[in-house]
Amino acid sequence: MIRLVKDKLAGAGMLALAGVPGLVVFAMILGLYGRSRPILAAKPLSELLFSSSWHPLRGEFGLFTFIMGTLWVTAVAVAIAIPLCLLASIYLAEYAPRRLREWTAPLIDLLAGIPSVVFGVWGVLVVVPLIKNHVAPLAGVSSSGYCVLAAGIVLAVMVFPVIVHVSVEVLKTVPNEVREASLALGATRWQTIRHVVMRKAMPGVIAAVVLGLSRAFGETMAVLMVAGNVAAVPKTVFDPAYPLPALIANKYGEMLSVPMYDSALLLAALALLMVVLLVNVAARAILLRVERSVQ
Amino acid sequence: MDARKVEEFVWKTLAAAAAFALFLSLFLIMATILAKGLPSLNMAMLTQTPRGGYYLGKEGGILNAIVGSLYLAGGATALALFLSVPIVLYLNVYAKKRSRFVLFTRFSLDVLWGVPSIVYGAFGFTIMLLFGLKASLLGGIIAVALLILPIMSRAMDEVVRTVPHELFEASYALGATRLETALKVVARQAVPGIVTATLIAFGRGIGDAASVMFTAGFTDAVPSSLLRPAATLPLAIFYQLGTPFPEVQNRAYASALILTLIVLAISLVSRVLARNLTKHIVK
Repeated sequence: MIRLVKDKLAGAGMLALAGVPGLVVFAMILGLYGRSRPILAAKPLSELLFSSSWHPLRGEFGLFTFIMGTLWVTAVAVAIAIPLCLLASIYLAEYAPRRLREWTAPLIDLLAGIPSVVFGVWGVLVVVPLIKNHVAPLAGVSSSGYCVLAAGIVLAVMVFPVIVHVSVEVLKTVPNEVREASLALGATRWQTIRHVVMRKAMPGVIAAVVLGLSRAFGETMAVLMVAGNVAAVPKTVFDPAYPLPALIANKYGEMLSVPMYDSALLLAALALLMVVLLVNVAARAILLRVERSVQ
Repeated sequence: MDARKVEEFVWKTLAAAAAFALFLSLFLIMATILAKGLPSLNMAMLTQTPRGGYYLGKEGGILNAIVGSLYLAGGATALALFLSVPIVLYLNVYAKKRSRFVLFTRFSLDVLWGVPSIVYGAFGFTIMLLFGLKASLLGGIIAVALLILPIMSRAMDEVVRTVPHELFEASYALGATRLETALKVVARQAVPGIVTATLIAFGRGIGDAASVMFTAGFTDAVPSSLLRPAATLPLAIFYQLGTPFPEVQNRAYASALILTLIVLAISLVSRVLARNLTKHIVK
């Protein structure tokens, strides 16, 4: 009897705790929405999102500059990371000798755990001077080095391990018989990879890229350290950018004295949260479709 | 030569070059951190707190950040573990498979996994304002615990899901209740997974800066209570790298090296433990 009561009690307790993740998601959305209500009530959403006039002391809180900063930095990171990661995963999964593969897999895992702030240090010490002294002069422009390109490179290197780890796993799930069938028909290794393996693995690889992208998108510290943080829409990759997470991190301390400042910043946080939510729903829909097509 | 062979050669070389570039860049990061960190590392760095203020003072070390980070990540990991284990056991033992609640909870964990850490920081701070808490070790612990909860739960969930169904049935057939099955069969099977999940979460928690920026604050002192602010290694790097003084920057480099070493050590330990603990697991 006591055992059954214990079982029921523990079940109820665990159920309560199991509700926590869902509750946190709701609390986050509601909490951030509640705190950004004052500014949403005072200004139309279109002005907040599409005006680039950011003058908190005059009560103007256009987030457009920062949204563009985030988009630029993420786009550059993705443009660098995708081709490199795809080729590298293809090499590691399809061409590399087994020994090498066994060595690199744990190494990639290890690297995936390195804190972003360490990547930021590398960015400040290596990437920024490199761009300032070599890359920018080569392109015929002058740049402080703290720019979109620097942030993009640092982010790309940061998401390498994440994307490669998942893509290699995905490529490994493609059955060998498929490869053999293609090779038996006289296709070269590369033709097999391109027309058979990649086609099979595409949805998983896309999921890997989305995973990396969402990590790059919300990354704060590494970007904050190298992006330059100038509130202007960048025109080239050598211009500084001021992405949303960097804005929140930099201004959150001083916000309490200016009216509506905290509202504007928490609206920025809410925007980040909503994008993550949308990406997740989309990724889930893709994965469900993939699972169904496999079955 | 055959055009197809040329194509094959070109792409294979490109792929190898990409893999090489990738490892080279990551190797360069490690080399940079080592080259900058090792010269600034000494006993005083590890055993003293900064003197004259962390931003300006040229003497002292980073003890405040090392201890602060360990307290904070340790507390957050304990809190997240306390939540994760019941969540995962409930999802896998008590709840009906593929029920709405299970799907929703897993989806929520996925969403939380993707939420940027700065959002946890902002949200955590909002909650702290609600309760009238100032930037403190406790605030930091709560924010980081929320941040690592999805990482830990998902990692555990992956492992617990692989516990064979026959084991459940054998346990129920012997008259065990669900609680007994959960604690004595499932949890035991999942020990390696729980250990690695905990260590991964600790590694993520100790390395995150954005979530502790407003919630834990920063201080020169080693925190003496839960309600005092706490310094952390990532923020020690961030703040002290930004100063014009080389002596202060050295503290940032030393912090970066220590943090990297801690994270790598944890990763290695979890690998070894996972291998050793899986010996007695029923597959």
